[in-house]
Amino acid sequence: MKKLLSFLKDYKKESILAPLFKMLEAFFELFVPLVMKQIIDVGIATGDRAYIVGRCLLMVALGVIGLVCSLTAQFFAAKAAVGCSTKLRHALFEHIQGLTYSEIDTLGTSTMITRMTSDINQVQSGINMVLRLFMRSPFIVFGAMIMAFTIDVKAALIFVVAIPLLSVVVFGIMMWTMPLYKKVQKGLDKVLGKTRENLTGVRVIRAFAQEPKEILEFEESNEQLTRMQMKVGRIAALTNPFTYVIVNLATAGIIWVGALHVDNGLITQGAVIALVNYMSQILVELVKLANLIVTITKALACASRIEKVFDIEPGMVYGDAASYENKKKEQKNPEYAVEFRGVGLTYRGAGAESLSELNLKVKPGETVGIIGGTGSGKSSVINLIPRYYDATEGEVLVDGINVRDYPMETLRDKVGMVMQKAVLFQGTIRSNLCWGKKDATDDELYEALEIAQARDFVEAKEGKLDARIAQGGKNLSGGQKQRLTIARALVKKPEILVLDDSASALDYATDAKLRKALREMNYKLTVFIVSQRAASIMHADQIVVLDDGKVAGIGRHEELLAGCSVYREIYYSQFKKEDGKEAQA
Amino acid sequence: MSKANNRGTIGKVLHYIRHYWFFVVLSILCAAVTVALTLYVPILTGDAIDHIIDKGLVDFDEVLVIVRNIVIVVLLTAASQWLMNVSNNRIAYHVIRDIRREAFHKIEILPLKYIDGHSYGEIVSRVIADVDQFSDGLLMGFTQLFTGVITILGTLLFMLSISVKITLVVVLVTPLSLFVAAFIAKKTYSMFKLQSETRGEQTALIDEMIGNQKVVQAFGQEDEVLERFDEINGRLEKCSLKAIFFSSTTNPSTRFVNSLVYTGVGFTGALAVIASGAGGTFTVGKLSCFLSYANQYTKPFNEISGVVTELQNALACAARIFELIEEEPQIAEAENATVLDNVDGTVTLSDVSFSYTPEQKLIRDFNLSVKKGQRVAIVGPTGCGKTTVINLLMRFYDVNEGSIRVSGEDIREVTRDSLRTSFGMVLQETWLKAGTIRENLTMGKPDATDEEVIAAAKAAHAHSFIKRLPQGYDTEIGEDGGSLSQGQKQLLCIARVMLCLPPMLILDEATSSIDTRTELKIQNAFAKMMEGRTSFIVAHRLSTIQNADIILVMKDGNIIEQGNHETLLAQGGFYANLYNSQFAM
Repeated sequence: MKKLLSFLKDYKKESILAPLFKMLEAFFELFVPLVMKQIIDVGIATGDRAYIVGRCLLMVALGVIGLVCSLTAQFFAAKAAVGCSTKLRHALFEHIQGLTYSEIDTLGTSTMITRMTSDINQVQSGINMVLRLFMRSPFIVFGAMIMAFTIDVKAALIFVVAIPLLSVVVFGIMMWTMPLYKKVQKGLDKVLGKTRENLTGVRVIRAFAQEPKEILEFEESNEQLTRMQMKVGRIAALTNPFTYVIVNLATAGIIWVGALHVDNGLITQGAVIALVNYMSQILVELVKLANLIVTITKALACASRIEKVFDIEPGMVYGDAASYENKKKEQKNPEYAVEFRGVGLTYRGAGAESLSELNLKVKPGETVGIIGGTGSGKSSVINLIPRYYDATEGEVLVDGINVRDYPMETLRDKVGMVMQKAVLFQGTIRSNLCWGKKDATDDELYEALEIAQARDFVEAKEGKLDARIAQGGKNLSGGQKQRLTIARALVKKPEILVLDDSASALDYATDAKLRKALREMNYKLTVFIVSQRAASIMHADQIVVLDDGKVAGIGRHEELLAGCSVYREIYYSQFKKEDGKEAQA
Repeated sequence: MSKANNRGTIGKVLHYIRHYWFFVVLSILCAAVTVALTLYVPILTGDAIDHIIDKGLVDFDEVLVIVRNIVIVVLLTAASQWLMNVSNNRIAYHVIRDIRREAFHKIEILPLKYIDGHSYGEIVSRVIADVDQFSDGLLMGFTQLFTGVITILGTLLFMLSISVKITLVVVLVTPLSLFVAAFIAKKTYSMFKLQSETRGEQTALIDEMIGNQKVVQAFGQEDEVLERFDEINGRLEKCSLKAIFFSSTTNPSTRFVNSLVYTGVGFTGALAVIASGAGGTFTVGKLSCFLSYANQYTKPFNEISGVVTELQNALACAARIFELIEEEPQIAEAENATVLDNVDGTVTLSDVSFSYTPEQKLIRDFNLSVKKGQRVAIVGPTGCGKTTVINLLMRFYDVNEGSIRVSGEDIREVTRDSLRTSFGMVLQETWLKAGTIRENLTMGKPDATDEEVIAAAKAAHAHSFIKRLPQGYDTEIGEDGGSLSQGQKQLLCIARVMLCLPPMLILDEATSSIDTRTELKIQNAFAKMMEGRTSFIVAHRLSTIQNADIILVMKDGNIIEQGNHETLLAQGGFYANLYNSQFAM
């Protein structure tokens, strides 16, 4: 909660003024019963019509002042709530962007999106309500009590008993229902999950004729949700009757005490009416409050969900620029572009190491092929180079410096990454390519496209570089997307290029042309190629063969073919033994 | 939304509510009782006050009786109020449960065309967010609109019974508050619309960027993305502030109008008391009672103006849900649909024409005859529509013309379930449901023994990695396979089919994410499984294609060539070209 409250700090003025004006409004409202008392006790008793007209005009004046105060308060409350949630959204987005791969893996995308959108919206209306009402209501309640004291001390003591009772009821029910609301929210998550699952898996569910079972499971979660909602509803429904009973019993008490005091001549008839009026004002406020408690309780539940995201500290500390510069000076001409020294990696929450004991030295300009079975740790190796994950054993060095000592931008600038899944963003081809280099010229873009074997199809498109790309690149084929992501990585002219199984959607000929173009680049580019296809990596300077997270062999094609059984198996599964002809598409 | 539309939606809502008529009647009765008793209390209070006139002029016996009556009435009110709230909860939550259930049932029978054509997020938001919003509105409508209307009518009656003249004052002024509320609602509508549009824009950006966070980080685009986010965020702040502030002026404004009503009653009432003189018919007690009616009468107007916006919103949401529920379902099963059993494995397509949209003809006059145990390979460049054939065979889509026969039976004349379960399907996109590994494997054969499950997993080479999971076969996997790798998920999908061994197979690039070594081993298992089973294979691998009995060559959604490897090569057409460019390097 502290963290969230700190966002209100910038709106100190608004968050003080809003309740203040709300209180002013309430303050003037509290005078109304007093004025009415005067009308009855003085105006009616003496039959003074002019007096009554005067008092009525006073009441209208009080109404106008109340309106002005209230509008001012609404404005400041809205400003504080909207401003605070805007800042909160900004901060949360920035925070999520700063999270590392490990944290993103554990959180999941969809929950982050709901937290950024609907949860923050709930918090916004919560803040708005709190600023408007949580000050006003207690103020009216206590104000009414104080006013009662000015009229008759003994009758006012009834207020002193009733108010704590009322707060016990209101807050007690709030505390009781809060955890239940969280459960309702969870039940809703489950219903949502089931619905989503039936959409994403529609083909499989129908293929296996699973519809009846899915319906059964859905109805179970749906029923559970309904039961939970009913339970909360039954408890929350107690608020109004309870407050109603307490307030009216107090009213009855006031009438009784009032009767005694009027009989003794301590107070007037008008005073009794005023006291009763104050009591009913309290009732009105409490009913409002009870209706809003749902909003507030929901907002609190959402706030704690947001808080949880903020609590996740990005797990990496990056090196600072100065010490990096020093280290760079020491390493004038590093022998190796990339070096792995006894590297092991265990993913968070995983039982066993996904990669262990990797030792590898790569000279600048070399091409390294990485091959191995499903889950053998191929992607783990390359994810360590731009430090998407931290090695849990040993160290990874780039240009002779530990990746942990690099400032983030410097390291990521050196490495061009092409991921397994080709991701493009809504916009144009140009806007996507410029991710690598903001101010790239057309020539630079075409150069990158040419190497990535994408120039032809881009030029064939209407608008060429400015052709539209739909969200997720839906209007491009898999192969086109993949070639564009390769071009995107090349635009920034990285020192190290990593292709993570990223030629899988390319046919053999294009794949071969791409590799040829990479070899012929006009500067020393170190390339890592991860692939399932032996043909894609067999010409590499070094080939790393991985098997179940362990290194099965490192060397050139011929050496491995002679001495590494795993490599041999992979190779011959794709090439016929007799003629070595490619047998895979 | 037009009024007629609204009326239609209300009619549909009533249809759902009808089942709970008992609680509706109970709720209305309780509301009437609650309102009547609530209105009776001020009469009692006024009576009491008339017995507390001045020093020595207090009738204690009467006051005591009245106070006792107040207590009884209050307790009764509270009880009926609680009963009403609980009934309302019951109606609202059960209605939305029914609606959700209906929506989910509909999802299970929607044609694939609808599901493919809509984003999952959109459908999910209808079932979850819209229904939720609707339930809020429904509950609010029931509790506040009901009591509100009854209160207005009741107070009017009571006031008329006391004084016609003063009632007129009240009735004349109150429409003003409705007018003010309507005016503000109309003005703010466009602001709210702008707000939700901007929110939509922002959600789209969040969805795209957080969903692809890893790419954003790899290219160090955090700052640029944040900048774009902030631009939208800034716009959202401005329009939210406007919308929230202007809509929040409703309450103070109507409250101001109400204070005018209150003053008006005080003024005319006071004059009436003076005019009727001491001992007259219009007493101070009656004035006090009138004043509290004036308060009670205007309050529901205040609330209703809020409820109306909420209800409008709720109706809009309900309309969106009904849109889904009323969506045309897939063509109903033929009345005399038979259960497809003893499938012999022959598949015949005669004169089949099909297209997804009428404008774009895809498959025309396609004929194919597959004998028992034959292998059909479907080849062609990426995005050529290979899955169309699967969609037709599984009857995810219906042919436009011609017919498909399995075992000599038109697939439109057999039950969908029996047709689909006679195919074993492994798709390129792996889909697993949230649940245990075992639940996922036994999807097609719920009564499989442990031995059978393990045998199938072994055949699919999934047993060894399943064994290494924390709880083995009982390990819970999250939504969409959770932390399993793409390859592991694919192995599970294969094991799923290997367990139920249906008479025909559909394999859509079933091994695309599996490394070649494992794949080679699975191929053997596949080969064994395919023996004697008719199989359709979307193929990339040369050996599969060469060994196929029939090769379908597809291009741009159309089947352009058909034959076996030799005849197609001899034809020298598209297939020959494809083969030469990809395989014969």
